[in-house]
Amino acid sequence: MKILTANDLTTGDVVWWAGDGWSRLLIEAIDVADKGEEIGQREEIARRIIGAYVIDGEMTDDGPRPAHIKDRIRGLGPTVRPDLTSKPEAGDLAKWVI
Amino acid sequence: MYQYDNYDQAMVDARVEEFRDQVKRRLEGKLTEEQFRPLRLMNGLYLQLHAYMLRVAVPYGTLSGKQMRMLGHIARKYDKGYGHFTTRQNIQYNWIKLSDAPDILADLASVEMHAIQTSGNCIRNISSDQYAGVAADEAADPRPWAELLRQWSSFHPEFSYLPRKFKIAVIASEEDRAAMRLHDIGIELVKRDGVVGAKVFAGGGMGRTPMVAPEIRDFVTEDELIAYVEACLRVYNRYGRRDNKYKARIKILVHELGVDEYRRQVEEEFAHMNTLGLNPPREELARIATYFADPAYESGLSDEIDRTDPDFALWLDRNVVAHKQAGYAIANISLKPIGGIPGDASAEQIELMADLAERYSLDELRVTHAQNIVLPYVKKADLYALWQELNEAGLGEANLDLVTDIIACPGLDYCSLANARSIPVAQKIASRFADNGKDADIGELKLKISGCINACGHHHAGHIGILGVDRKGTENYQLLLGGSGAEDCSLGTITGPGFDENGIVDAVEKVTDLYLDQRQDGERFLDTYRRLGMAPFKEALYG
Repeated sequence: MKILTANDLTTGDVVWWAGDGWSRLLIEAIDVADKGEEIGQREEIARRIIGAYVIDGEMTDDGPRPAHIKDRIRGLGPTVRPDLTSKPEAGDLAKWVI
Repeated sequence: MYQYDNYDQAMVDARVEEFRDQVKRRLEGKLTEEQFRPLRLMNGLYLQLHAYMLRVAVPYGTLSGKQMRMLGHIARKYDKGYGHFTTRQNIQYNWIKLSDAPDILADLASVEMHAIQTSGNCIRNISSDQYAGVAADEAADPRPWAELLRQWSSFHPEFSYLPRKFKIAVIASEEDRAAMRLHDIGIELVKRDGVVGAKVFAGGGMGRTPMVAPEIRDFVTEDELIAYVEACLRVYNRYGRRDNKYKARIKILVHELGVDEYRRQVEEEFAHMNTLGLNPPREELARIATYFADPAYESGLSDEIDRTDPDFALWLDRNVVAHKQAGYAIANISLKPIGGIPGDASAEQIELMADLAERYSLDELRVTHAQNIVLPYVKKADLYALWQELNEAGLGEANLDLVTDIIACPGLDYCSLANARSIPVAQKIASRFADNGKDADIGELKLKISGCINACGHHHAGHIGILGVDRKGTENYQLLLGGSGAEDCSLGTITGPGFDENGIVDAVEKVTDLYLDQRQDGERFLDTYRRLGMAPFKEALYG
């Protein structure tokens, strides 16, 4: 699958294209197929986000999983601060990331 | 400490308002990101892996209690309750909102701080010895020079768009505690026949092409130092490459021209500079120097310290170093708790350190390039009370310069440039050596970890260095041995094939076990490595 990600212009938060807008949760990301670049450009012009880019990923039982570790960490948060991640209760974050 | 005059304050205040307007225009759509990006970077605001990151300058690492308290306030009010002290003696906040950035800069300006020139191809924050002014072995106090250079380099119109970023360090001791020769320009103040001047080095740096700066000038008088540094910059600005950012640092120019030719060109420019009368008047240096005069030390203080408490005695031996003044000591606060994040401090810890500086250290702190904090003026009689308060707040780790006192960049946990995580590796190594108790036996061992080739974690300069790389989408770690950022400056050598996250921890233990087995009296890890060479260490790792 193709996932569109960016940062919120005002807050800087990592966001994922969820079909009808941006979500802070990777689990809500949808497959943008070949529309990612177009949506990203449109949203940047609308001043909602910056730094949009399309990544490869796969749909798993736990939701969308980016292909590259860097994007998995973007989706999760810093592995060394579980309290600041999207999975604060998870035991071994490294397992999810690696 | 230096205090802003009206001119300094007006300049910083004006910059805050300018940036406030720029942010407003960006949010209103009057500036595109392409137009805005260089403006935010000029104010230290990056876009990192998770959010905007703000890098705040701490000039030559020196802070007052009030300034430190403000850093804690910013961590609590605008970030997620913590900050990260960096290898450039600065602090970074990882979770900044663009809309808050102008208010943060205004708060910083209220305590004579800013984030100007913490990014971009300009002269960055001047770094220095964290023991400046209190070390017994100084030829002169480097801080007035660092401050003069700060003022000279701030908004310097000729050097605002250099080929690449530019870092300057000033020290004044034979013992180099600032990795001076790994800077674009390194300045070592020296005394010759009673006259203070400087030895100047140029073309050092880490990154993808690490180089130890060669000496460019054996001695330049203090009256001519600014002109000489300006001449070094002018030659670089004129001939440094702008076509390839990876070859744009001054080290490449010095290397490609050759030291002799670079020196010749600098001397030619220097001779020209001296005809222009651009050196700052002596009165200006004297004015600045008054801010760094020795404090009113109390006399007749005892040098005796009660070592009854063994944990305190351990901290004393590891983290407290000699002061030039009888009855006083320099106390190092480790930001490397075992299993913690190197360089991170919570808002509460930052505020506590501010309080402790006010109560015990004549209202002053220093940030070190090793990501620790120094209280430079502690009476020996106060050390025990100070340690008790530090210990209670998780700041009492007794591990200065041990294998657990690891420099680590933010790595892939925070940094968009990184290829691998640095912090988890640091945590695992520190825990391994604290658990097996070998850390104390090993003694001084500077271990430095970078999550990419840009080397913010100074891996080239580690007695043991670790470089995180991306190997087909997975994290891999190369091991380097034999580096040093000190007066015996050298660059580490890669041992061979890299390791995974657990493998690199084992590898570090293997090389330190070899050291423990082979060391001779008084040898540090680095000394043993230099005596034996790489071969036995390779054998231990891959044999």
